[in-house]
Amino acid sequence: MFRRLPDAAATLTVTVDGAPVAARAGESVAAALLAAGKLRFRDTPASGAARGPYCMMGVCFDCLVAIDGAGNRQACMVPVRDGMAIETQTGARKIER
Amino acid sequence: MSEDYDIAVIGGGLVGAALAWGVAGEGRRIAVLDEGDVALRAARGNFALVWVQGKGLGLPEYAAWTARSAEAWPDFAAALGAETGIDLGYRRPGGFHLALSEAELERRAAMLQRLHNQAPPYEVRILGRAETKRMLPAIGPDVAGASFCPLDGHVDALRLFRALHAGLQRRGGRYLADRAVDTIAHRGGEFRLATKNGEVRAGKIVLAAGLGNARLAPMVGLAAPVRPQRGHILVTERLAPFLHHPMATLRQTREGGVMIGDSQEEAGFDNGVDTRVAAAMAARAVRAFPLLARANVVRIWAALRVMTRDGFPIYEQSASCPGAFVVTCHSGVTLAAVHATALAPEIAAGKLAPERGVFAAKRFDVPAAA
Repeated sequence: MFRRLPDAAATLTVTVDGAPVAARAGESVAAALLAAGKLRFRDTPASGAARGPYCMMGVCFDCLVAIDGAGNRQACMVPVRDGMAIETQTGARKIER
Repeated sequence: MSEDYDIAVIGGGLVGAALAWGVAGEGRRIAVLDEGDVALRAARGNFALVWVQGKGLGLPEYAAWTARSAEAWPDFAAALGAETGIDLGYRRPGGFHLALSEAELERRAAMLQRLHNQAPPYEVRILGRAETKRMLPAIGPDVAGASFCPLDGHVDALRLFRALHAGLQRRGGRYLADRAVDTIAHRGGEFRLATKNGEVRAGKIVLAAGLGNARLAPMVGLAAPVRPQRGHILVTERLAPFLHHPMATLRQTREGGVMIGDSQEEAGFDNGVDTRVAAAMAARAVRAFPLLARANVVRIWAALRVMTRDGFPIYEQSASCPGAFVVTCHSGVTLAAVHATALAPEIAAGKLAPERGVFAAKRFDVPAAA
C-alpha cells in the first residue's frame, strides 16, 4: 500500500509484536509500520474498532502503540531507533505499562 | 411577537435543566431560556461527583438535603435513563477523601467530628492506611488514611446534562437558545422577559442562571449574592480500570480517563487555565497514586463554580413578585435528583416547603456588628 521514496538512509531493525521489521533512520515509527504493511496499530478502548495513523502529524492520537514498554505513544511523533520494541495495542492502556 | 408559558426557567445548565424536566409534563407549558454557546457553563466543566461526605458543616439542613439527593439518585438516574434511553453511568461504590499526611488525616477527622456533632443523616468512617490500601491498592506511601462515605458516587455529567434536555423535550418542554434575559417585568400577575430575540411571558419564572442570577434576582425582589470560584480539571488518556472508587479530587471515568480536580481559586470571571495550579494538582495526584506519573494528561480546563458566601444553596420565592423563584447552588450534579423530584414539584405548586426556609438569601443580611 505504501512505498518508500528512494533514498540513501541507513537501514535499521525494530521489532513489531516480536517480529523483526526493517526501517530507515530518520523515519517515524508510524512510517516504518506503514511501509511494512501494518495498518492496524491498535483497537480502541471504546468500541474495539481498528485504528491506524490518520494525520501523521501528532494531532489525532489514532496511531498509538507501545514503545519499549510504554503504552499510548504517538507512533507518528517518535523516530525509529535500532532495536526498538514496538507493540500494537488492544483496548485501553494499562497504567502499569 | 410574544410567547406564553406556564413556567419559564431562565438558565439551561444542570440546575435549570433538572428543574425544567421536573416541572414538565402534566400539560404544563414549560420553556427554558438559555444563553448561546459562549455561556459560562459549569454544567460542562464540573467534576461529576454525586458527593455527600463533609458537606453541611454549619447548616444541618444542607447535610440532610444533600444526603436525601444521594439517596434519591439511583431512582432518578433509572427514571431519566429509561425515559431518554441515555445511560447516565451513575455508580455509587462509596467515595474516599484521601489524607496525604497524619496531620491532614487529623484535620479531616476533627472536621468530621464537628459535623458528626450536628448529627448528620449519613455515615462517614475514618480509615487508617491499611484499610485504605485494602480498598485502594494503588495508593502511594504518602497516603496516611482516608475518610469513606458509602453514599458517595459519580456519574457521567455530560450524559446527565444531555439526558435532562432530551427528557425535557420528550415531556413537551421548549428549549429556547440564544435568549439571554435582559430585563424582567412583573405586571398583572404575569412575568415579561425581554430578550434580544423577542419577549417571553410566563405565569411563573425560575431564576436558574448560575452567576447570572446575581443580576436577575433584584429585578423581581430577590437576592442572589453569588461569585465565581474557579476550579481546574486535568484528564488523562483512557486507561484500563484501576480505580474503583471516586475520590474528592480524583476519579476514573467509565471510559477510563482519570480526572484530577477540585482546585478552588478566586479569579473573578477568568476561566483560563493556570499551569502552575495544574502542576500542583498533578503532583498531589501522583503522591496519592504514584502510577499516575506514567499517565499522559490529554486535556486541562477550568470552569467557574457558582458560590455563595457560606457555600450553601439559595432557594426562595419572591415576596413582592409571587411566582418568581431563585435557585442557585454549586452542586448541580449532586442535587439534580432533589431538584428534579422534590424542588420542582414545589415550584409547580407555587409554594416551597417550609423546610426550604433556611436556604433563603436573607441569611446574608447580617446586621453590622455593634
